[in-house]
Parts: sequence; C-alpha cells; structure tokens
Amino acid sequence: MNRSSIDLWVGIFVAIGLVALLFLAMKVGNLASFSTAQTYRIQAKFANIGGLKVRAPIKSAGVVVGRVAEVGFDNESYEAIVTMNIDSRYQFPRDTAAKILTSGLLGEQYIGLEAGGDGMMLKNSDRLRLTQSAVVLENLISQFLFNKAQESKDNKDAK
Amino acid sequence: MKPYAERFAPPFRQLGQLVTSRVRRLGYAARFFAYMLVHSGTALRRFHLTIREIYFAGVLSLIIILVSGLFVGMVLGLQGYETLQRYWASESLGVLVALSLVRELGPVIAGLLFASRAGSAITAEIGLMKATEQISAMEMMAVDPVARVVAPRFWGGVISMPLLAALFSGMGIFGGYLVGVQLIGVDEGAFWSQMQAAVDVRSDIQNGVIKSFVFGVAVSWIAVFEGFDAPPTAEGVSRATTRTVVTSSLAILALDFVLTALMFTGGNAS
Amino acid sequence: MTSSHSAEHVVEIDDLSFTYDVRPVLRGVDMRIPRGRVIAIMGQSGCGKTTLLRIIGGMLAPTGGKARVLGETVHELGRDGLYALRRRMGMLYQFGALFTDLSVYSNVQFPLTEHTKLPSDLVHDLVLLKLEAVGLRGASHLMPSELSGGMARRVALARAIALDPELIMYDEPFAGLDPISLGVVARLIRRLNDSLGATSIIVTHDVEETLPIVDYVYFMADGRVVSQGTVEEVRRSREAFVHQFVHGEPDGPVPFHYPAPGYLEDLGFAARVGAELGA
Repeated sequence: MNRSSIDLWVGIFVAIGLVALLFLAMKVGNLASFSTAQTYRIQAKFANIGGLKVRAPIKSAGVVVGRVAEVGFDNESYEAIVTMNIDSRYQFPRDTAAKILTSGLLGEQYIGLEAGGDGMMLKNSDRLRLTQSAVVLENLISQFLFNKAQESKDNKDAK
Repeated sequence: MKPYAERFAPPFRQLGQLVTSRVRRLGYAARFFAYMLVHSGTALRRFHLTIREIYFAGVLSLIIILVSGLFVGMVLGLQGYETLQRYWASESLGVLVALSLVRELGPVIAGLLFASRAGSAITAEIGLMKATEQISAMEMMAVDPVARVVAPRFWGGVISMPLLAALFSGMGIFGGYLVGVQLIGVDEGAFWSQMQAAVDVRSDIQNGVIKSFVFGVAVSWIAVFEGFDAPPTAEGVSRATTRTVVTSSLAILALDFVLTALMFTGGNAS
Repeated sequence: MTSSHSAEHVVEIDDLSFTYDVRPVLRGVDMRIPRGRVIAIMGQSGCGKTTLLRIIGGMLAPTGGKARVLGETVHELGRDGLYALRRRMGMLYQFGALFTDLSVYSNVQFPLTEHTKLPSDLVHDLVLLKLEAVGLRGASHLMPSELSGGMARRVALARAIALDPELIMYDEPFAGLDPISLGVVARLIRRLNDSLGATSIIVTHDVEETLPIVDYVYFMADGRVVSQGTVEEVRRSREAFVHQFVHGEPDGPVPFHYPAPGYLEDLGFAARVGAELGA
C-alpha cells in the first residue's frame, strides 16, 4: 500500500463521512430551516408554562416560525417570562396572542401564536399582552369533577 | 487478637494492593495521555503519518460500520413500526429511527465496533512493536516513539470515530427508510418531514457528534495506552488486546450515560 | 586503569550498580572503553550485560555509580540532551528490530529523514551506500518479513550506522544465526567499526565467533566484572571462570547444578541410607 493510494482512500473516507454529517444536518435535522436565519426576540408572560422547554417550537397556523430562547421567572408578578426567537421572515401584529399548547394528547408542549388585527407589527424586544397558560391536567380534572358536582347539585336544586 | 488479625489481614491487604495498583495505573495512563498531547506536534506537522492511521482505523472499519448500520436501521424500522402502529402513529417512524440513531445508537454501536475493530488492532500493533524491540530501537535512534508511533494512531482514531458514527447513523436511517417506506409502505413525506421537524440540529445531531468524538478520544487513548504498556511478550500483547476491547466498551457505555445525563435532561441544558 | 580522559575513552563506567525492584542486577561495575576499539562483554544469560548496555544507551537509570558516554553523564541528561547523545550512538538489537511495516530501504532511510534535512536524492544515495556496505543493495525493495535472519541483522546494521555513529552497541548480534551468516555479520562488525572510526561494544556469549574480531574482553558474572583482558590473555587465561566459559565446559565455577539440598535427602533416602549404614 503506497502513500498515494492511502491518501486516495482516506480522502474518499473523509468525503463520505462529511457527506453523512451533511445528510444528518440537512435532510434529517433540517438545518436549512432556521438556525442560521435572522431572528427577532419577543417576550410573553404566562401564569403557568406547564412543561414548556427551551428550544420548544413556536408555531403559527401549524407552521414553525421560531423557538423558545429562554424561560425565566418574574419576581414581582410571580409569572413565567418566556423569551422567543422568531424568524424575521415572519411578521406578526402587536395584538398577537400566545398560547401554550400540547402536540397530541401527551406530546411535547409548544407555543401557538394567533395573529390579531393591529396594523403595527411586533418589533424586537416587544412584549405580547394576550397569553393563555398551559393546560395542566390536574387542574383540568379537578375542574371537571367540580363541574360534575355542580351539575348534580343544580339538578337536585331543579327538582 | 493476633490469630484473627493474621487470618483476616491478607484478603484486605490484597484488596488494598489491587486498588492502589489500579489507581496507580490510571495515574500513569493520565500522565501518558498528557505526554502524548504535548508531543503531538509531529503527528500534526507531518500529517501523512496521521493520514496513514486514519486509513487503518477508519477506512478499514468502513465495511463493518456500514453493514451494521444498515441492519440496525432496518431492525429499528421493523420494530418501531410494530410498536407505533398500535398507537396509529406509524408516520412518526422517521422520528423514532432518526432520534434513536443520532442520539444513542449511532455513537454507541459505532464506538463499540470501532473499539473491537480498530482499537484492538492499534493495541496489537503497538504491543508487537514493543515485543520485537522496535519501540526501543526507535528510542535508541533518538526518535520519540510516543510522538512518532503513538500520537498519529491516537489522532487517526479521534478523527475517524465521528465520521464513522455519522456514517453509521446515516446508513441506519437509510435502512429504516428502506424497511419503513419501501417495504411496509409508511408515507414517504410523513417519514421525512416528521423527522425533520423533531430532530434538532443542535441538541440532537451536534450532541451526537460530540458523543462520538468523546468516544473516539476514549477508545483511542485506551488502545494506545494498553499497547504501549503491554508486557513485551506474545501473551502480554494478547492480554492487552483483550483489555482494550473490554475497557473501552465499558468506558463507552459509562461515558454515554454521563453525556446523556448532561445533554438531554433538563430543557435548559444544550 | 590510570586516570582517564574522555577524549580517549568513549565509555567510562565507575562503580555502577542497578537494582531491579529488590534484585541486584549490577553491583559495582567499572569499565573503560578506549576510542576505536571493538570490545566484547561476555557472560551467561542474566549476568547483567544487557542491563549494562541499556544504561549506556540511557534506557535505564543506574541506582548507583556513574556512566559517562562520549563525554556526557548519561543519566543526568534531560530528554533533549539524551536524544542528542543518542544520535551519536547506534544500536543493533538481538533480532534486528526492523520496522515491520517499512521496506528495507525505508528502514535504513528512517534515521536519515528523522534527523537530517538532506535533499531526497542525497538521502537516496546515502541509503544505497549503507546497504551496499552490508551487501544488501539488491534487497532494498524487500519487506522485513521476506528476509532471512542474517539478512535482517545486516539491514539493521546498515540502519544503525546510517548516521555514522561514534559508538555502536550490539546486543547478542549472533543469536540464532547459521554459521555462514554468523561469519558475515562478525566480519562486517569489525570492518564497519574500522572504516567508520567508531567504537563498538558487543554483548554476547558466542566465544568462538567473537574472539577473532575484538580487541578486549570483559567477563561478567552475577552483576560484576570477574575478569578482563586482551584476546591473547583470555585464550591463555588460567582463571577458572574464563577457562570454563571460553572452552564451554559444563561444570566449573559456574556449577551444572542449580543450588539444591542434597540429592539423596531430597529423594528421602538420607534417613534410610543413614539408618542402613548405621546398622
């Protein structure tokens, strides 16, 4: 095995290895979609973010338009502050509402944006006013039970 | 008291000696590692030395990595489909195959195969050079064998490993695609798009590459150290080769746990 | 043994001792090796002669005493100093220790490309010159696995002299060679030493092949120099050990039997024999 044919084989090896990495990044991980794109930051306060994680998707009409950049806690209002990176290609009105939703019944949580009707668009470091917290399953169940109890009481009262 | 002490002391003494000898060996391995890094200049300056080792560690491992990757991916496709279709979620097959390969199976299985294919060869080669006095002859020629023989093999392994892991994952995803889409008939669009939506370049792919790099460092280090530290006899070399495979397999699995815990738990860590 | 000067003595060893773990290997060795000579260090396996060679080469540090080689105290040198010293030495290993993954040509080329910045055509000429000196220019394309034992030894010799060393050491250069190769290697050692103006140390136990080519002989036993002299003195020596060694007698100061309790006792006969004799 002389040096030039070793060089050739190693060259082939490194090339297909890099192609595999590229395949993973582009075709499997979809690097092309954003990571590299320009983004702007907006913030929103939520009473409860449930299981929302950093890098969770932000979707509008089902399209991923950004990612959660940071999750913090406001010491004054005792609410969660979520910072989001939104792709600069997508602009939203200032009265856009943010909801924390769950994909599927038990899937991961994401933020859904619903555009409003304001003529002014959101700028970097703006804050969303309208938010809806995550649905916490325990609360949902207790609410359901409470309603049931209320119903039967109402029925009794009606009789 | 004395008879008791005499009866019970030896096992404890043996245990103590075992522990101290292991710890001493670890210390020696760490010192060796540092010395090798300091004297890696030759391996990087005269890069054809390292290229030669990439050939032996990487190119010669290609076949086993590609074939294993394909089969692991095909099995994942079959098993994943079996499970997912119970929940009417067979479109998520791409996600399952890709995430398990990129995060775990790619780096870990490629690492294990690399340890037994390339790691053992590195140990045997260095050990044989030592047994036939080639290492010591080199030293007498005023050529540092760590710089000339050990460091290029180490760097060759470190460079090859992430590429091999990426090839394993890529081949595995292709295998999953073959079985899932071509054979079973999962929707092709859903297979790829769900995969792309769920696999994150930074937290999944980049972390997988970091894992395979760490495994490459660990396996190559163990392999060159065992070879260089092997008793210069046929028996010594064969034992060292076995130790390389055993130690590096355990190291890969232990490191994988630590790295997974660091990377994938707690949404804030990435 | 008058007071010596490093200009005339290539190797000066004073009261050198070496202990491996707790086992003493060398105990107080003194040697003076003058420039230009070929000397032999003889002794049985395990007498410490290879250890001595390793200390001279700086592979082992002595536990006592001093070894000065080419004017430097070997074990006091740092890494760079030691490597600089080693470039002035050549060593031939017992089985050649050729690099198995390099051809004959590349093996000889190795020290030249590692240590010099000579243009490649000059290196090429030098390699062929060294191979011609050992008569193996025609074998330059072969791999070490294709060589016979004697040829491998000669290639290793060409490699050892590639940088024209001032001191050449031979660790059992005749081990496992057939008589013809053995004679070839022996004559080469002498001829190369004289033409290079080097000094050679041969560690060996082959008496008949070594005596004709050396100037001076040291005999070692049990970590000590037990006798020394010129070849003539050695041949005529009446000293029991030298006589036994040179003439290869099975019994003498070096006993045939490993130390053991009485044979009869070991067999359990002693008591019985004693009893019978007493009766």
